[in-house]
Amino acid sequence: MDPLVLVSIRNLVKRFDITGGWLDQFRFSGGKISKERTVVRAVNGVSIDVAQGETVSVVGESGCGKSTLARTVMGLYPAEEGEVYYKNTRIDNLSEAQRQPFRARMQMVFQDPYASLNPRMTLGEILREPIRFHQPKLDKGAVAEKVALVMEQVGIDPDWHTRYPHELSGGQRQRISIARALTVEPEFIVADEPIAALDVSIQAQILNLMMDLQEQNNLTYLFISHDLSVVEHISKRVAVMYLGSMCELAQAEELFQRPRHPYTQALLSAIPKLGKAASHEKLTGDVPSPINLPPGCVFHTRCRHANDRCRLEIPQLLTVEGGTQVACHGVEEGRL
Amino acid sequence: MAFLRRIQRSDFIYYFFRDPVAYISFFILLALFVSAFAAPLIAPHNPYDPTTIDIMDSELPPVWSSEGSARFLLGTDDMGRDMLSTMLYGMRISIIIGLGAVFLQAAIGIVVGLLSGYIRRLDAILMRIADVQLSFSTYMIAIFIGATFQMMFGVANYEKIAAPLLIFIIGLAEWPQYARTVRASVLAERRKEYVEAARVIGLSRLRIMWRHILPNTLSPVLVISTVQVANAIMSEAALSFLGLGMPQNKPSLGSLITSGFEYIFSGTWWITIFPGILLVVLVLVINLLGDWIRDYLNPKLYKG
Amino acid sequence: MDKLLTINNLNVDFTLRSTTLRAVNNVSLSVNKSERLGIVGESGAGKSVLGFSIINLISKPGRIASGTVMLQGEEISSYTYEQMRQIRGNRISMIFQDPMMTLNPVLTIGEQMRETINAHASMSAADVDAICLEKLRKVYIPSPEKRLDQYPHEFSGGMRQRIIIAISLLTNPSLIIADEPTTALDVTIQAEIMDLLLELCETEHMGLILITHDLAVVSQVTQRIAVMYAGSIVEQGATEQLITNPQHPYTKGLLGALPQRASRDGRLNQIPGVMPGLAKIPEGCSFRNRCSLAADICLTQPVLEEKTSGSQVACHMVK
Ligand SMILES: Nc1ncnc2c1ncn2[C@@H]1O[C@H](COP(=O)(O)OP(=O)(O)OP(=O)(O)O)[C@@H](O)[C@H]1O
Ligand SMILES: Nc1ncnc2c1ncn2[C@@H]1O[C@H](COP(=O)(O)OP(=O)(O)OP(=O)(O)O)[C@@H](O)[C@H]1O
Ligand code: SF4
Ligand SMILES: [Mg+2]
Ligand SMILES: [Mg+2]
Repeated sequence: MDPLVLVSIRNLVKRFDITGGWLDQFRFSGGKISKERTVVRAVNGVSIDVAQGETVSVVGESGCGKSTLARTVMGLYPAEEGEVYYKNTRIDNLSEAQRQPFRARMQMVFQDPYASLNPRMTLGEILREPIRFHQPKLDKGAVAEKVALVMEQVGIDPDWHTRYPHELSGGQRQRISIARALTVEPEFIVADEPIAALDVSIQAQILNLMMDLQEQNNLTYLFISHDLSVVEHISKRVAVMYLGSMCELAQAEELFQRPRHPYTQALLSAIPKLGKAASHEKLTGDVPSPINLPPGCVFHTRCRHANDRCRLEIPQLLTVEGGTQVACHGVEEGRL
Repeated sequence: MAFLRRIQRSDFIYYFFRDPVAYISFFILLALFVSAFAAPLIAPHNPYDPTTIDIMDSELPPVWSSEGSARFLLGTDDMGRDMLSTMLYGMRISIIIGLGAVFLQAAIGIVVGLLSGYIRRLDAILMRIADVQLSFSTYMIAIFIGATFQMMFGVANYEKIAAPLLIFIIGLAEWPQYARTVRASVLAERRKEYVEAARVIGLSRLRIMWRHILPNTLSPVLVISTVQVANAIMSEAALSFLGLGMPQNKPSLGSLITSGFEYIFSGTWWITIFPGILLVVLVLVINLLGDWIRDYLNPKLYKG
Repeated sequence: MDKLLTINNLNVDFTLRSTTLRAVNNVSLSVNKSERLGIVGESGAGKSVLGFSIINLISKPGRIASGTVMLQGEEISSYTYEQMRQIRGNRISMIFQDPMMTLNPVLTIGEQMRETINAHASMSAADVDAICLEKLRKVYIPSPEKRLDQYPHEFSGGMRQRIIIAISLLTNPSLIIADEPTTALDVTIQAEIMDLLLELCETEHMGLILITHDLAVVSQVTQRIAVMYAGSIVEQGATEQLITNPQHPYTKGLLGALPQRASRDGRLNQIPGVMPGLAKIPEGCSFRNRCSLAADICLTQPVLEEKTSGSQVACHMVK
């Protein structure tokens, strides 16, 4: 494997069984009772290599599996198939104890600043806990010093360590959330829509903070977002997901200038742009449910370019010029 | 000083003193608790001391009736004990049994609720046990255990262990209430991102449950605790009525009501009615306070 | 020009136990007939409270402290509940962020639409159904005859929002107030809904007040924009003018903070600090402690007045 690759996600598959109790498994149809499970196919074979020091973004609409991907990479959900490597070590099949050293190197920042901090703990307690846990030998003074240091790094007055999260604004909470991830000095941070719940003027502050920290601490980000203009600004490479599958992975500039996949094209044209009259490509039809994935290309129910092959055969990722990877029959056949 | 100012500014105190039902209930309850636990100091007689009891004084009516004696404010019972003192001592026993039973319920219920809410593998089995437990009524269990003990050790010995046994029986019978409440809020909390953040840090399940989830499930526990204390006091009274409660020489409110019940048709009403009123008032104020706390903790009703 | 809605010096107060907070501070606005006005501002700026106060629907500790709201020359801010009910959902419709909050999950959408019409007019059942179908077609719901008997949960989020728009069209209102109608939706769906709103306002000659925090969205749909900050309007002007030549430091900051305005890979231009809560709004200019231009004169409250650029701006430092 490329020595520069820090985290490698290979053919990751994650399904959720939402059948419920065992009585719910039985269906009565056509005079027969059959046993059936209801499965949400949230992530279907996604592969991304994240190189040291870069920011890879994952974009896509609500429910396409971005958060599930992030949580599976972090080991919060077990993967059904596929592998996750951290610097050549396979980590998705490790036990909780074996995973411990990787916990300190991989951290996560969450979307909801109101739910991601324990309301009954002070900021100091929230930040001390991970340090104490990963470096039990550190004495009290050193821990306090470290807490003050990260608080300063994220722009929160260290004197606030006795405050509770409800005393802070959304942006300040998100700073604490970032600070908590930084306490263990990670190399890799998964940020699941860290700015989605914040106001525009605060979004800019948090994005700047994240970019500054990346530079100072040499961090690598997997950045999840549905806001394409933000993604364009901060990422080196972008992966576009639709219904659990990855349809395109490209350098950010390349993707925004020359989107190849029909879904990427539709997505880009839908971004509202300041002052310009809307001229977006209309998508027809509804997003299918991840419980009943359409056969063939998952996007074919809304795609203008779909043909019979698209309805039957699942397109594979194909590398085209510029290093872009696209999963689309139309591109492969040269129709697009 | 800062602490006082915080109390003064807190919403809890503010809304509390705006609601007469809340503060009146609270002060009545406080008065009852204080007089129950200060019974040895304030009661005019000691009902546990046989040397002070004279059988000649038995069944004296309250002081305001013509045959009443100034020594016994609320009259005396069939054994010649002062009603007021016996009731105060009895209330102390009722409260101790009520609190003790709820403490036991909470201890079992919180542990079971946490485990079944957070460790999904245990959920089905623990909750089925809770269901089975709930499907036996408290009284059935109590009658069964109580009767077995009385048979095994004889009535005399049973009297010695009655109080702890009642705590054990009532505590054991109602823990599923706690388990269910705690489990429901654990299920809601465990999906919140702060729990995931704790998992990403690598904390052990035990620590996550104890340090992160448990403190956030305590408000509903507080609410049901008030109701459960009232219920436990009532259960104890009911069991006494069936003869499985506190013995006559160490009566609780419930056993006092029972002992007076035999005489109620011969005109000796006060032995039953006074402890009855006390029991109702005690249970009522606890329930009213519980309702108020529930409303207060429900942000849709207050603060809105 | 024909004024559809005029708001004069509107103040809305929330009376809490220790203080009175002013959520809407001396706001004056007007919407012309079939004009589209955007109200932008960050969370807590008072946009929704302003929207609700137009139809006199502010929730409890809040009330209109002073000021008037005139609809086509009628003063409606002093109307009784019953008079107001005749205006709400009839001459003014409101669309909210969460479709599921507006739709009743246990009634079919047909039942809900018929109920709305019957509340404001008496017609034969066949006429009512004809109107329902017409409006559903207007919002491009395919095969509306079948859809009428379905329940809200059988629709996707985007479809639900379209049904709400159809319901709001039922009584041919002259003004629609849309409070963050697409915030809960995806970009591709958001684009569809915004297109639809724009088209309907044009074909039906309706006025629109679009409340949102997304400058890009308002700039595409509306003709005029009012920017709110901490309860007051700080800048108001023609969309084109306001986007290309913002005057108030806050508007400039908001526009500058957009990633499109930053150099690629460079830092975004951020506004320092956060918008103060209502209890902590500083004396004088409410933006004072985040503003790079703030001077001593900013300790007095600036008034919203027309400046040389043509927009109305509430700032001492703008000429
Ligand atoms: N714990 C779970 N149990 C069952 N289904 C789940 C679970 N988590 C996610 N899903 C389903 O998996 C799919 C992908 O969800 P996910 O949260 O990953 O989407 P997302 O891309 O993060 O969307 P959003 O932008 O709304 O956050 C959805 O259909 C969702 O309903
Ligand atoms: N019921 C209420 N009691 C007290 N204060 C309230 C109440 N409703 C709103 N407010 C206050 O009024 C202010 C304006 O709120 P409003 O809902 O109008 O904001 P907004 O601009 O619509 O924000 P958002 O973008 O989050 O919807 C807020 O500071 C809020 O705290
Ligand atoms: S594979 Fe076919 S259906 Fe899928 S995006 Fe390409 S052209 Fe459209
Ligand atoms: Mg998500
Ligand atoms: Mg709002």
